[in-house]
Amino acid sequence: MNLTEKYDLGVVKWFAIMATIYLVIGTLLGVYIASELAFPFLNDLGTDLPYFQFGRLRPLHTNSVIFGFAGSALMASAFYIVQRTNQTRLWSNKMAWFTFWSWNTVIVLAVITLPLGLTQSREYAELEWPIDILITLAWVSYLYNFIMTIHIRDRNKVPHVYVANWFFMGMMVMVTYLHVINNLSIPVSAFKSYSIFSGVQDAMIQWWWGHNAVGFFLTAGFLGIMYYFVPKQAQRPIYSYRLSVIHFWALMFGYVWLGAHHLQYTALPDWAGSLGATISLAMIIPSWGGALNGILTLSGAWDRLREDYILRFLIMSLAFYAMSTFEGPVMAAKTVNALSHYTDWTIGHVHSGALGWNIMVAAGAIYHMIEKIYNVTMSQKLLGIHFWIHTIGTVVYIVAMWVSGIMQGLMWRAYDEYGTLAYTFAESVSAMHPYYVMRATGGTLVLLGAIIMLINVLMTIRKSGYGQTANV
Amino acid sequence: MVNRKVKESLQVKLEKNIFGMYLFMALSVSLAGIVEIVPLFTNPEVVKDEVIAADGSIKSLLWLRSKGQSLSDWKPGDGVRPLTALELAGRDIYQREGCYLCHSQMIRPFRDEKERYGHFSLAVESIYDHPFQWGSKRTGPDLARLGGKYSDEWHILHLRHPQAVVPESVMPKYRFLENALVDGDVIATHMTGLSKVGVPYTKEDIVQAPSFVKGKNEMDAMVSYLQSLGNMIKFEDGVTYRE
Repeated sequence: MNLTEKYDLGVVKWFAIMATIYLVIGTLLGVYIASELAFPFLNDLGTDLPYFQFGRLRPLHTNSVIFGFAGSALMASAFYIVQRTNQTRLWSNKMAWFTFWSWNTVIVLAVITLPLGLTQSREYAELEWPIDILITLAWVSYLYNFIMTIHIRDRNKVPHVYVANWFFMGMMVMVTYLHVINNLSIPVSAFKSYSIFSGVQDAMIQWWWGHNAVGFFLTAGFLGIMYYFVPKQAQRPIYSYRLSVIHFWALMFGYVWLGAHHLQYTALPDWAGSLGATISLAMIIPSWGGALNGILTLSGAWDRLREDYILRFLIMSLAFYAMSTFEGPVMAAKTVNALSHYTDWTIGHVHSGALGWNIMVAAGAIYHMIEKIYNVTMSQKLLGIHFWIHTIGTVVYIVAMWVSGIMQGLMWRAYDEYGTLAYTFAESVSAMHPYYVMRATGGTLVLLGAIIMLINVLMTIRKSGYGQTANV
Repeated sequence: MVNRKVKESLQVKLEKNIFGMYLFMALSVSLAGIVEIVPLFTNPEVVKDEVIAADGSIKSLLWLRSKGQSLSDWKPGDGVRPLTALELAGRDIYQREGCYLCHSQMIRPFRDEKERYGHFSLAVESIYDHPFQWGSKRTGPDLARLGGKYSDEWHILHLRHPQAVVPESVMPKYRFLENALVDGDVIATHMTGLSKVGVPYTKEDIVQAPSFVKGKNEMDAMVSYLQSLGNMIKFEDGVTYRE
């Protein structure tokens, strides 16, 4: 029986296509706001219009890459993996389509409301309360459908739930908590609300959300993607089952503590910041456990990397993941954080994860799914170009932010021989200019890669005659 | 895979029972919040609102408002108070324009930050900030103690055209703030909303809001908010504000 008859893949296809489209939009916005920092006149598109200014577009950039791209990639792969690994159709195909439409409505509303300045001013949770309610509905339908699909599996055929599913489920559980609690607010009009929390408690809750959006949405969920697509593409079983159990529970328990490391030396009590920093240090073990488990899956099949570009995306993503999860604990250490906090280094760190890990692993997964669903091979040439252009762009971006971030930190704290501050703030701003140009260049390469990916996906689908004859 | 068929481990049981696994996940991700976040609400020391003054007396860091006093009776240094209607309108604009994305309002207790920005920030100073505006990035300088540092005229020139005042600046221009008036009724609604989540606005504060902001434009509101930042507490030598 062919794949499209056996499973509900329509919603998977569309989520995968939308993820690719949002990737182009999100990285385009990223390049634009990065260019605004290098060339501030770009803020003035249309004199006296606020809609294209950095402060209005930056939330749209983060929301379109996190919720638009990453969210759609997670939904496409979760609906795909849960069916394949449990050998059953979705519990409800209709509900999956509800998830699809409500989720995409959220993104469209974000595109409309954020440039209009309708925002809660909570980082990565800017969307106002009516949209938050819609997100909750979409998310709970996703969670419920996923769990019920596992529940209705044939237990004789599939007694154990495969590890990729645990990661997805962990993400779904935690993100529900985070989203609901972080967005508790009192509406004062249709598109304006105030958080019910204030000051120090509000800061802690926001960063509990902020770091776990990374820890669960962009890590646990994407590890779920990794745990299915790496073994599939390498045609090898996962390196160690035991390691996956250990690092899964360590991640579920440990990641949640880290938010406080964003608030070291602030008015948050010291014990909380230190606790966050200490556990951040310990988190290197489960993080590297996951990275190694993925990379070592290739043991004995390393030669595949030579011709398989999809596998290259997946393995390179794990290399960036390992690098980024090493950098994270370093930056959480108090003495380093005193320097790195408030600087571009943080932005560089986020992007080493987002560009290096998330986009690469999701690109690998989307390419794999499109090939399977439409039963075709993609243009290897375009895959190769995307791989290299994306890798180079990511490295350029990260290096620019390392240099500018560390330089900012050092300039702010530098003293001259008379014991007065050596630099004005404005001097540190102008010193950043070359690195902001470099960052925008790196971002442009990533954007070009995303466009190539979209072309490759769409042309492949066209070539296949829209997937009517796909086989397993 | 573990093939030894001895006793089924908890892990194996959970792998077969998805609802059990759900429960364990929900519990394990809750622990951190209970240990790390709940005490911030229950321990009064987290937001310390009293200090021992140099003469040994206990001094409140919050403005102790007498009955019948309006927000305009407050003097700089009297202690932390809710924002006036015009300042709140400015804060709404600060949120709307995403200022918090490039400016922090949280000075850390380091020598260079003290010299560059002023006394380190206290938790009590953002007690009425729904949501907090501490920020996470300094593309521009920290604003926690901006109030009173520059004149109103400087702020207006700077907001209109930042590069005219600071040539190196990468800040966008906010001339358009001069084109919109502040809506007093909207601000009154916002104050009512904030009073529901614990900001101590009186009925009079809210009733007077529309007349207070009448004829003011968004630029006035923004400047008024910026001038309110960081001068509510008068810091004195020899007083321990934070252990």
